[in-house]
Amino acid sequence: PVTCRHDDLKEMLDSNKDSLKLEAMKRIVAMIARGKNASDLFPAVVKNVACKNIEVKKLVYVYLVRYAEEQQDLALLSISTFQRGLKDPNQLIRASALRVLSSIRVPIIVPIMMLAIKEAASDMSPYVRKTAAHAIPKLYSLDSDQKDQLIEVIEKLLADKTTLVAGSVVMAFEEVCPERIDLIHKNYRKLCNLLIDVEEWGQVVIINMLTRYARTQFLSPNQNESLLEENPEKAFYGSDEEDSKDDKPDAASLVKRKPYVMDPDHRLLLRNTKPLLQSRNAAVVMAVAQLYFHLAPKAEVGVIAKALVRLLRSHRSQGNWAAAKAALSVQGMFEPYLKSFYIRSTDPTQIKILKLEVLTNLANETNISTILREFQTYIRSMDKDFVAATIQAIGRCATNIGKVRDTCLNGLVQLLSNRDELVVAESVVVIKKLLQMQPSQHSEIIKHMAKLTDNIQVPMARASILWLIGEYCEHVPKIAPDVLRKMSKSFTGEEDIVKLQVINLAAKLYLTNSKQSKLLTQYVLNLAKYDQNYDIRDRARFIRQLIVPTEKSGALNKYAKKLFLAQKPAPILESSFKDRDHFQLGSLSHLLNAKAVGYQELPDWPDEAPDPSVRNVEVPYGAWQGLPTLRFSLSLSFPDPESVSESESESSSSSSESGSDSGSRGEESGDQSEEEEEEKKKKKKGKEGPRKVCPESAGRYHRHWRGEGAGSATSWELRNTSRDMGGLQPISPCLDSFTSPALERRDQLITSQPQHVPTAFLPPSAQMLSPVFSTMKTYELLHRMAGEGLSVEYYFNRQPFPPDPHMVAVQIQFSNNTESEVKNLRVSEPKLVSGMRIQEFQEIALMPGSMVGIDTCPQLPGVNWAGSFSLWHVSSSTHSRQFYVSIQPPVGELMAPVFMSENEFKKEQSKLTGMSEITEKLTLLDKCQSDHTIVQRVTAAANVSRVPCGADNEYRFAAKTVTSGSLILITLEQKEAARAHLTVNSEKMVIGTMLVQDISQALAQ
Amino acid sequence: MIHSLFLINSSGDIFLEKHWKSVVSRSVCDYFFEAQERATEAENVPPVIPTPHHYLLNVYRHKIFFVAVIQTEVPPLFVIEFLHRVVDTFQDYFGVCSEVVIKDNVVVVYEVLEEMLDNGFPLATESNILKELIKPPTILRTVVNTITGSTNVGDQLPTGQLSVVPWRRTGVKYTNNEAYFDVIEEIDAIIDKSGSTITAEIQGVIDACVKLTGMPDLTLSFMNPRLLDDVSFHPCVRFKRWESERILSFIPPDGNFRLLSYHVSAQNLVAIPVYVKQNISFRDSSSLGRFEITVGPKQTMGKTVEGVMVTSQMPKGVLNMSLTPSQGMHTFDPVTKLLSWDVGKINPQKLPNLKGTMSLQAGTSKPDENPTINLQFKIQQLAISGLKVNRLDMYGEKYKPFKGIKYMTKAGKFQVRT
Repeated sequence: PVTCRHDDLKEMLDSNKDSLKLEAMKRIVAMIARGKNASDLFPAVVKNVACKNIEVKKLVYVYLVRYAEEQQDLALLSISTFQRGLKDPNQLIRASALRVLSSIRVPIIVPIMMLAIKEAASDMSPYVRKTAAHAIPKLYSLDSDQKDQLIEVIEKLLADKTTLVAGSVVMAFEEVCPERIDLIHKNYRKLCNLLIDVEEWGQVVIINMLTRYARTQFLSPNQNESLLEENPEKAFYGSDEEDSKDDKPDAASLVKRKPYVMDPDHRLLLRNTKPLLQSRNAAVVMAVAQLYFHLAPKAEVGVIAKALVRLLRSHRSQGNWAAAKAALSVQGMFEPYLKSFYIRSTDPTQIKILKLEVLTNLANETNISTILREFQTYIRSMDKDFVAATIQAIGRCATNIGKVRDTCLNGLVQLLSNRDELVVAESVVVIKKLLQMQPSQHSEIIKHMAKLTDNIQVPMARASILWLIGEYCEHVPKIAPDVLRKMSKSFTGEEDIVKLQVINLAAKLYLTNSKQSKLLTQYVLNLAKYDQNYDIRDRARFIRQLIVPTEKSGALNKYAKKLFLAQKPAPILESSFKDRDHFQLGSLSHLLNAKAVGYQELPDWPDEAPDPSVRNVEVPYGAWQGLPTLRFSLSLSFPDPESVSESESESSSSSSESGSDSGSRGEESGDQSEEEEEEKKKKKKGKEGPRKVCPESAGRYHRHWRGEGAGSATSWELRNTSRDMGGLQPISPCLDSFTSPALERRDQLITSQPQHVPTAFLPPSAQMLSPVFSTMKTYELLHRMAGEGLSVEYYFNRQPFPPDPHMVAVQIQFSNNTESEVKNLRVSEPKLVSGMRIQEFQEIALMPGSMVGIDTCPQLPGVNWAGSFSLWHVSSSTHSRQFYVSIQPPVGELMAPVFMSENEFKKEQSKLTGMSEITEKLTLLDKCQSDHTIVQRVTAAANVSRVPCGADNEYRFAAKTVTSGSLILITLEQKEAARAHLTVNSEKMVIGTMLVQDISQALAQ
Repeated sequence: MIHSLFLINSSGDIFLEKHWKSVVSRSVCDYFFEAQERATEAENVPPVIPTPHHYLLNVYRHKIFFVAVIQTEVPPLFVIEFLHRVVDTFQDYFGVCSEVVIKDNVVVVYEVLEEMLDNGFPLATESNILKELIKPPTILRTVVNTITGSTNVGDQLPTGQLSVVPWRRTGVKYTNNEAYFDVIEEIDAIIDKSGSTITAEIQGVIDACVKLTGMPDLTLSFMNPRLLDDVSFHPCVRFKRWESERILSFIPPDGNFRLLSYHVSAQNLVAIPVYVKQNISFRDSSSLGRFEITVGPKQTMGKTVEGVMVTSQMPKGVLNMSLTPSQGMHTFDPVTKLLSWDVGKINPQKLPNLKGTMSLQAGTSKPDENPTINLQFKIQQLAISGLKVNRLDMYGEKYKPFKGIKYMTKAGKFQVRT
C-alpha cells in the first residue's frame, strides 16, 4: 500500500496543475518531517525544480537539500536551475540559489560551488555576501582540500564592512581556519566597533573569537596582582626572577618593569562588549561574561555578576544554570546576591544542588550564620538527595571556616538520630572528615557513632565509622575491641568496603591492644582468607604478614605500627567547580569538563605583547633603526569659516550679508545646535577615552611613505610627540554608510536625534580598502618634479577631527622619491586669508625608515583645518629648498553626512525652498544609470549620506556643513531618456551652487 | 553548530525531526531516553547529554522535549537559547505550542525551521522576518487555502532582512493605530514560618503590543527610572540613550514583543501583598494531624488580590485530608500528595480559610518535614515596585496613535515555609 500511495503522489507531481503539485509536495514534506523515507520520489520531485510557482519551488528545494546526498546523479539535474538563479538580478533569488546549491552535499559539484561562492563574495548585495559566508563551511565540510581557496574568500569577506556579513564570516573563519589569527589583525577594530549592531547569534561567535584573539595579542591585565594575590609563593619566586633579570642590562626586562598600561585595543574590546551584558539573549550575556572573565582586569570582572544572576533568575533557567555554573565559583563576585541563591522546595534537584554549591562558595565569617540557618531548613526537605548534598555543604563550610566547626559538628551529630538512614549515613561520612581535624576533643562523638553500627546499614557509613574507631582507638580504648567483636560476628554478611575496614580495624587494634584483640583479629583474618573477593583475600594475607610476627617476617614488621597509625592529613572538601579553569568559560567543553570536538584552546597570555601595530590598517614596516631624523613642523591659522563660507570666489573678507545670515540662523536654532554640539563632544570623549589612557602609544605612528617610482621609496616612522595629534587615529573603524544598513541604527543608538551629524561613525578613510569605493580622491600638493624628488599629496579622510568638530581633517602624505633621505622637512608659517583658522599642533619629529620598496596605504596624520574653501599657503622646506603650496578643498568635503528618515527629509526640504533651492537639469550618461554608480559618484563628490526613499527613480542625500551645521539636502530625480533633475536645498546658497556644479560634473564624467 | 532537532513528546515518541546538515539517525535519541529514565522527572533531565559521537542539548517546554544534536564545540547557551527561540516562534505563529498544533501545521513548522538555521547557524530568528517569509496560518487563510490550494509561503520576496531596521517589516499599515504596554511585575519571595521575609525580589517585564503604521519611533520614559536596577532590552532599544537619559527610545517591531525585562534594585524593600497564617501539626501517637491555613491581604495599596491559588506538597506519610474551605475549591491527590486550593479573590472582611484534618499512615512516626506552601495571586492595576510610566511619545509618523499602559503584579516563585 505504501508504494501505491507514492504512485499517487508521483501522479500528482506530474500533473499540470500547480495546486496538485503543491498538495503532493506538502504531503512529502510532512513525511520528511516525521522521519519517513521519501527518497523514492526523487525523480518525480526533481523535475519540478524549475516550477514557476514559488510555493512549489520552495518545497522542492526543501526536498532536494534533504535527499540530494542520497541521489547524487539525479540531483545534478537540478544544478543548472541554481546556476541560473545565481545570475538573477534580484538579490534574494541569488542568495537563495546559492543557499540551496551549497546545501546539496554532492562532491561532484565542488568546483561549481567554489566558483559560486567566490562570485557571491564580491556581490553588490550584502545579503548575498552573507549567504556566501554561510556557504563556506558547507563547502569545507564537503571537501577540505578547498581550504586555501576558501581562506582567501574568508579574508576578503572579513574585510567587509557590513554588520550583516560580520557574524557569518567569523563563523566561517572559526570553522575553517581558526588558527589563522593573523587574518583578524586588520579587522579587529572594525569588528569591535560593529559588534553592537551585529545580530545576536553573530555577536556570540565574534565575542568568543575575539576573546581568543585578545589572549594572543595583549598582555595580562592582572600580571602584577596575579602574582601577589593568587599565590604568595609564586610572587616571591616571580620577584626573584625579575631581580635576576635586572642584573643583566636586558632591554626586554626593562620594558617589563614598566607599569602595565592596557593596550587601547584591549580596552576597546572591553568597552564595546560591555553594553551587550544587557542583551535579552542569554548566549550573548554569557559570551560577554566569559570575555570579561578571561580578559578584564580583576577589578572589573565584577560587572558581569549582575547579568549572570539575571540569567539564573530567569524562569527558564535550567540550561542557564548549567552553563553559568563555573562563573559562580569566582570568589566574592556574587556576595551581594547571596539571597538570590536561596533554595525553594519547588526548584528541580539539579538547580538546588547548584545553588547549594554557590552558597557554600559564598560562605565566609560574616555570613556563615545566615547560611547555616538556611541550611537547617534545607535539612528538613523532602528531597533526600538534596538533604544529603546539604550535609556535605555543611561539612565544607565547617572545614573552611574554623569558627563554626563545633556548631556544625554538633548539628551533624544531632542528625545522627534522624529517622532517614540516608541522612544519617551522609552525616557519618561528613563527621568522619571533620573529626579527622581534631579527634582528641571528640571521643564522645566517636562513642556515639560506635553505637550506630547496630542500626545503620548504609555500607559507606558503616565503613566510615569503623575507620574512625580504628584510627582513634586510643581515644576509645574500651569500646573499640567490642565493636570489633560485633563486626567479626557479622563479617560474612557485610559489603566489601565494610569488610576491608573491619580488617583495618582489626589490624590497628592488634597493634595497639593486642592483649584483647589478638584472637579476634586472627578470626577476622581467617574469615577474610576464604572470602570470595580477591581484594579482601589479598588484604588479609598482606596484613597478616605485616602485623603478626613470625620468624620469617621481614623488617617491615617493626614498622607496622608506624605504617598503620601514622598521622593522616585531614581531607580537603572541595567544590566540584574546581579544576575546570583550563577551559573557556561557557563552552561545552567547560560544562562537560572534557574537551569537545573542535574546541579551540584558550591560549595563555603572551609574556610580551606582539606588535600592536599589526592592527593598524597599514602594512607594518621593516627595520628602521639608525637613520637620520626628519623634522616636520606646521603651524597654520585660518579665517573664521562662518564668514568666509559665503565668499568663495572672491577670497576677500566676509560680506555683511553673511554675518546677518548666520546671526539669524543662530537665533532660530541656537539652542538646539548647542545641544548637538555638546552631544557630539560627549560622544567624542567616549570614543577617545581609551586613547587618552596612554597618550604615548596613541601618539606613536608607524607609517609608510609611498614612493611612486618602484624601488625608490623610503619608509619612515613618524613619531608624533604632540598630544593634539592624538586625535588622529592611525586607524579608524571601517564603516560605510552605504554598505551598512545597520549603521544608521547605530547612529541613532548614540543620540537618537535623527538630525545630528553622525561624524563619529563615518570615517570613510577606510574607503581605501573598500572594493566598492576603491578610489579615494587624492590631490596633488607638490609634484615630484617640482619638489625635486619630494612629492606631497593630500586627501580628505572624512573623519571627524576630535579636538574640534567644526574643523575638517585633511591628511597629507609625503613621498620621498630620491635616493637619499630628506632631512628637516618642515611646514613654516602659512599665509592665511584673514579669518581663517587652523588647529595648531606642535612640532612633529619624524624618524625616517629604511628603504622599502613596497606600496602601502599612505595615511598620514594630516593638516586639520576649519572648513572653508579659501586659499591657504603652506611652505614646506627641506634643508635647502622651500616650496610654496596651497590647498583648496572642494565644497563637498566641507560637510558631514546626516542620517534622516524620508519624512524628516521632506519636512526639512519644505522649509528650504525659494532662494535656498537650486535646481539644475542634466543628462546622465549610459554608464551612469545604475543606482550604484549614481550613489557612488555623488558620495565621492560630496561627503553626504543617503536618505531612504520610496520612489525608484529618486535619490536623496543629506549632510550638514561642518562649521555651521546648516542642512544640505540633495535630490536627484531621474526622468525618462537619461535626463535628470538635480536639486540642492540649503540656506548656504554659495555652497549650494557649487555643490550643484560639482555633482553634475561628477555625474557627467 | 546545530546539526539536527528532534521533537519528543512526554510518552517518548519522536514526532518531528529536522536536519540542517547531513542526516543524523534518530537512534541517537536513545541516549536521551536513557537520561530521561534516570531523571524520573522531566525537569531533572540534564540539559546537556554527551554521547560517543554527539552531544544532545534539550529544553523542556509545553510538555515537549526539544532535543538539539550537535557534534562540535558550541557554547551550550547558544543552542539552548536558540531552542527557546524556536518555541517562542511556534507560540507566536500558532498561539499555542503543543504537540497537536505542531503536528497539524507540520509543513509550516518545517519551513520555519528551514529558515531559522542555515547549515546549523541561525539565519532568521526575528519573528517579523519569518512571518514575511512564511505566513502564519489563520482560520480564514486555512479555508482559502483548501479552496484555492495555495500555501502559506509568502508570495512576495521579503525585504525585511535588508531593511535598516531588521526587526521591523516595511510597509506596515493599520486603520487603528494603537500601542499597548503591559508592565508586569512578579514577586519572588521566601517567607519563613513566623511570617518574616527571608528573601524577596521583584522581576518585571514590559510587554508591548504595537500596531502602528509606517516607521514610528517611540520613546517611553519613567517617573522613577532609578528603581530599575538591572535591565535587559529587546535589540530595538537604543542602549546609549538609556545610559545617558534613562529613556527607552526605539523603533518597535510590529506586533507583540518583550521590550524590557528588569529587576528592581535589591535595596528597596519589597512590599509583600499577602500573608499566610498556618497551623499544621502532626502528632506522634495519633494517626490524625491538624491542618489550617488562612490567607489575608497585607500591603496591597488598596487593590484587590485575586486569582489566589495555594498549593502544597504534603509529606509522604499523609494518606488523605478532609478539609473544609470557607471559599473556593480544593483538591488533594493521594498519589502525588499534592494539595491545591483555588481561593479566588480575597475579601478582607472575610478571610479565606481552609481547615480540617489529615489522616496519616498508622504505625509510622510523624514526618520530620513540614510542607511548604506555594502561593499564586494577581493584583490588577498595580506595579508593586511603584514603577510608573511617565509618557510615551511617537516621532516619525503624523497620525495620533491610541496609547495604553496596564500594570499588573503577580506572584512569581512565592513560597511560605512552615
